[in-house]
Amino acid sequence: MKIQIEYFALLKEQRGISIETIETKAANPEILYSDLKRQYSFSLEPSMLKLAVNEDFANWDYSLKDGDTVVFIPPVAGG
Amino acid sequence: MNPSAITLHSEELARYSRHILLDEIGMHGQESLKRARVLVVGAGGLGSPAAMYLAAAGIGVLGIADFDKVELHNLQRQLLHGTSDVDNLKTESARSRLHDINPHVSVVLHNSGVTPENATSLFDQYDIVVDGSDNFGTRYLNNDAAYFSNTPLVFGSIFKFEGQVSVFNDNPEAPCYRCLFPDPPPPGSVPSCGEAGVLGTLCGIIGSMQALEAIKQVLQIGESLSGELLVLETLSMRTRKLKIKKDPHCPLCGTAPEIEIIRSESYQYNCDIASSDTENMANEPYPIEIDVSEANQILQTGKAVLIDVREPYEKEICKIEGSSQIPLNTIPANLDKLPTSDPLMLYCHHGSRSMQVTQYLRKNGFTNAINIAGGIDAWAREIDTNLQRY
Repeated sequence: MKIQIEYFALLKEQRGISIETIETKAANPEILYSDLKRQYSFSLEPSMLKLAVNEDFANWDYSLKDGDTVVFIPPVAGG
Repeated sequence: MNPSAITLHSEELARYSRHILLDEIGMHGQESLKRARVLVVGAGGLGSPAAMYLAAAGIGVLGIADFDKVELHNLQRQLLHGTSDVDNLKTESARSRLHDINPHVSVVLHNSGVTPENATSLFDQYDIVVDGSDNFGTRYLNNDAAYFSNTPLVFGSIFKFEGQVSVFNDNPEAPCYRCLFPDPPPPGSVPSCGEAGVLGTLCGIIGSMQALEAIKQVLQIGESLSGELLVLETLSMRTRKLKIKKDPHCPLCGTAPEIEIIRSESYQYNCDIASSDTENMANEPYPIEIDVSEANQILQTGKAVLIDVREPYEKEICKIEGSSQIPLNTIPANLDKLPTSDPLMLYCHHGSRSMQVTQYLRKNGFTNAINIAGGIDAWAREIDTNLQRY
């Protein structure tokens, strides 16, 4: 299935792009993130991130469907 | 006749006439703004535009909490302060700027900033708190104190070209920051504290949005960002508004909370790299990290090599005498230029990049690599106070 992924803050930096659409077999965002983390050496553990699917915050065990948009949001503290 | 009615004088009516023209504000709304008490935490990048717009809008009591002094590198984005304010307290320049914008506002200064000891009682004195702080420790403290004092918190936070805005705790069903991120990330995992850089105008956007949310909150107009996180990426002007729910497992506002009072040790947070990484490599002939005074002593022996891993432009601002420059990303190509026996001391701006280099060098056999904690910023504070800080 095709999933659109959006990265913000540190993840955007580590991935090098903001948005991509990938073909994946990952059943849920937990598996998806773990694949991406390995591939791009993301430094943040999933527990440090907030995850949204299609504009709603979602759980890591959400069942991904073709066409979903997954957004990974790290905390930022600057002011 | 309402005994708490506030009268706007003719000068104020003229001043606020463009507000009063708005159906959503009118005389009644403008009076509500004058009755309102808003605390801005941090007179920095976000606090500056937030406080300036709140003052201009005619907020009755505007508190400013900050303990810092103005530094030259603040002026690229912190519009409350000017060049002549460098080295003075931020609250002092904030007071004079805000008073000049609007003398009808009562500006109250809190020069200790927000601390675990004063947070709840300080927030009790205000109707709304605007969070313009710059570190996770203070952000979690603000969140918890807002919850315990039952005060709405207008959250804003920035990173490079990105910002996040939300409103927490404005009603019993509203989520808090811990519903979103239950605990701060481990030290060193998320760059902050001046390491990452930030676009000045982004502060204007996010800080102004915070002022706007605070004003909507006072006037009870429109739709609040409560229950939503607005994420804005300004290079592409991509925005996302994501719905947040109150988390029943939240350690603060959930059904079985772990946090029941504010304990000062819970809010210590520094930007240094995670200590577990450094401890693993401590059993070497040299310590992996030393402070600036130890570094200064070793340097006096004349046997140490001092490497500056910052970018070339940073050397133009200031440098430690006797250092050679090898920017971080060129270290791998320059390993043959480094000594393997004498102490090899590394520094950067705050000690984070040089720690990365130190760890890299240790993995490549340089057991003599030593990080200087706090970098040239600590050196400028403790060893050579004539150095230009940035």
